[in-house]
Amino acid sequence: MVQSLSELQDIKQRFLPQINERLQSGVLAPPTQILVCTSTACVASGGDTLYKTLRKEVKAQGLDVRVVRTGCFGFCGLGPVVVVHPGAVLYCKVRDEHAPYIIRKHVVEHKIVQELLYENVSGGGERISFMYDLPFFEKQHRIVLENSGLIDPEDINEYIARDGYMALADVLARWTPAQVVDAVERSGLRGRGGAGFTTGKKWSFAAAEDSPQKYVICNGDEGDPGAFMDRSLLEGNPHAVLEGMAIAGYAIGAGEGYIYVRAEYPLAVKRIELAIRQARRLGLLGENILGSDFDFEVDIALGAGAFVCGEETALLRSAMGFRGEPRVRPPFPAQKGLYDKPTIINNVETLANVPTIIRHGPEWFAAMGTENSKGTKIFSLAGQIINTGLIEVPMGISLKSVIYDIGGGPPPGRKVKAVQTGGPSGGAVPADLLDVPIDFESLQRLGTIMGSGGLIVLDNTDCMVDIAKFYMKFAADESCGACTPCRAGVVQLVGILEKITDGEGTMEDLKMLEELAYDVKDASLCGLGQTAANPVLSTLEYFHDEYLVHVRDHRCPAGVCQKLLGALAGNTYGIDNLH
Amino acid sequence: MAKEKMSVTERHYLTLDKIIERHGDKPGGLIRVLAKAQELFGYLSRDVQIHVAEKMCLPVGHVNGVATFYSQFITSPRGKYTVSVCLGTACYVKNGQDVYNRFRELLGVDENGTTEDRMFTLRSTRCIGACSLAPLIAINDHVHGHLTVDDVAGLLGKYQELEAEEEAADIGAEPVRAAGHQAEVSPPN
Ligand SMILES: Cc1cc2nc3c(=O)[nH]c(=O)nc-3n(C[C@H](O)[C@H](O)[C@H](O)COP(=O)(O)O)c2cc1C
Ligand code: FES
Repeated sequence: MVQSLSELQDIKQRFLPQINERLQSGVLAPPTQILVCTSTACVASGGDTLYKTLRKEVKAQGLDVRVVRTGCFGFCGLGPVVVVHPGAVLYCKVRDEHAPYIIRKHVVEHKIVQELLYENVSGGGERISFMYDLPFFEKQHRIVLENSGLIDPEDINEYIARDGYMALADVLARWTPAQVVDAVERSGLRGRGGAGFTTGKKWSFAAAEDSPQKYVICNGDEGDPGAFMDRSLLEGNPHAVLEGMAIAGYAIGAGEGYIYVRAEYPLAVKRIELAIRQARRLGLLGENILGSDFDFEVDIALGAGAFVCGEETALLRSAMGFRGEPRVRPPFPAQKGLYDKPTIINNVETLANVPTIIRHGPEWFAAMGTENSKGTKIFSLAGQIINTGLIEVPMGISLKSVIYDIGGGPPPGRKVKAVQTGGPSGGAVPADLLDVPIDFESLQRLGTIMGSGGLIVLDNTDCMVDIAKFYMKFAADESCGACTPCRAGVVQLVGILEKITDGEGTMEDLKMLEELAYDVKDASLCGLGQTAANPVLSTLEYFHDEYLVHVRDHRCPAGVCQKLLGALAGNTYGIDNLH
Repeated sequence: MAKEKMSVTERHYLTLDKIIERHGDKPGGLIRVLAKAQELFGYLSRDVQIHVAEKMCLPVGHVNGVATFYSQFITSPRGKYTVSVCLGTACYVKNGQDVYNRFRELLGVDENGTTEDRMFTLRSTRCIGACSLAPLIAINDHVHGHLTVDDVAGLLGKYQELEAEEEAADIGAEPVRAAGHQAEVSPPN
């Protein structure tokens, strides 16, 4: 049991050397550590067996090298990723059969395996040896992800070596709960789950409630299909989330916390369970944490595949074991939440920001980002883009910079058409508006939302009407049915969009589509319905021409809509000619 | 009590009861229990739902309501291999739908359908969080990424071969049922 800050420091000192070794770049000393990404994407492409093979190989040869599993490096499209330290030499797409070769050449002969280095396709094709030299990392600012890909997420000591649980220790020793709430509020941190509510303010509401029983809930539902920020965080740095929750608990006077996580994320569930056990064993969760009189327990509540459960009131019902149907607010969860007790619900990334804010101070955090959007934001890049993966950038950076400088742009020969932000609740930002700075308000002005961080890049091979239809079908499937505008309205929207993509739409339908979309937006009960029509409204605004071509010419310029493919035969020009 | 003679089903029920004991009265315990039950039995049959309801002192209707609300839960038996085709946004824009259609064509079943030989069940899923491998599918827990329409036949073929090999090496039937609830079970997971 760790009883004080100084005991925590002792652990840190013991494990610091091995971590520090991983932070040097460009030195080519004899290898001592091999890091293997074991996040979902890399495991799916073989990272797990690779980890075992490397271990076996090292053991068989009696080498003095540690093989360490880590969380996501962000480079998911090129996995499994292996990094050899010291020096941080990064190898991509490493397969099982490469393992003996890496061991022989790099570990034994001290030569870099050129063939497995990253090839900078969008920058002339040169191979880059050192991880920290990759253009992918250059414009990033990794704060929440600072430990992802650096430490072993299954070893609490490595987190402590990175100043883990120091913020909690400090808070318990020297801060009043009100000071914590105040610091979080002054940092300007806003919720990363979509709505962007000021976190400190939310905490202050719950703190003000007079109740012996309060709860902290971490929203790890990650309902946006095509986004994986929260999964990566939970898998790669679970202790940061636990520490954030404990600090939140202290701040509002809660003794229990739940992480609501999807059953589709078995690895995340496993890592959280392990992290909770390790933290309890060291007395960093449980009773009398770090020798103080603060008790805090964390457990998991499983979600089971319902988008609406990401919405906080639906989540509460689901976490209590019911069907996840939303209810009208107020009362807000801060007043009446889990079992009608005051409850704060925060997104995974929001909570993971908290320890860093406490350690470095609110002013440090507030110095990053823009006037109203402070700090950084994690995004997952997917769709028609070269570097798919996970990134963290300062707020205020342009969407264009993210897509081109970090993401490497679209595949060769393609042209970006739009970027969908905010998932099913968001909208499409057209290519000519990609200069928009990433902050809550700027994105809202364009008819979309920041959302939780999923970015889907669409190019000339994607049909915007089809994309709108995709999202409406999703919303129709996921509508919980509690209110009519959402349940029936969205189904009607799907019907109209189907007519259009089948080449049977009329100008009347287009008008109807827009009117109905506004009706659904205005009359729905919860956030799901209120935002469900956004993909329709935003594509109608920016890609009206594409709708028109479907309706008037019965053509799908992208060649996606099957029923209109015959009409495409005589069409040799792409979408560009429309504008 | 000859514990080695307990049937698989009985062992599963015992494991399930332990889970109910451990998580039953916690918030959201029911979902956790059902998730484990599905892992054990493959699907949530009427019998399993009734068992859970009785053990947790809940109305059967409530358990059934929850089991049918969440897309992760299935209430009818599946084939030996469940083919889950991801149709999350990232997979969709990388032609996941075409991959799905190809499976449908080759297996001759629709959504949630099972082939006659009880080998394959086809279903579409939401994002499983490995979008950078889009389009991807999972066969049971095994993920196959960057799949093209042309890969589908070969992939199914591999599983069919595997099955043929297993059949050749098959050994005996299920052990005889035996009574006795005191028998030891190894702790879950
Ligand atoms: C339909 C719908 C789905 C949502 N899904 C999520 C989600 O997956 N993750 C999340 O953190 N918030 C989600 N939210 C937002 C939550 O209701 C809530 O605002 C958020 O968890 C608060 O945490 P934050 O202030 O830290 O962002 C969703 C909201 C709606 C309306
Ligand atoms: S959309 Fe298929 S894994 Fe994310």
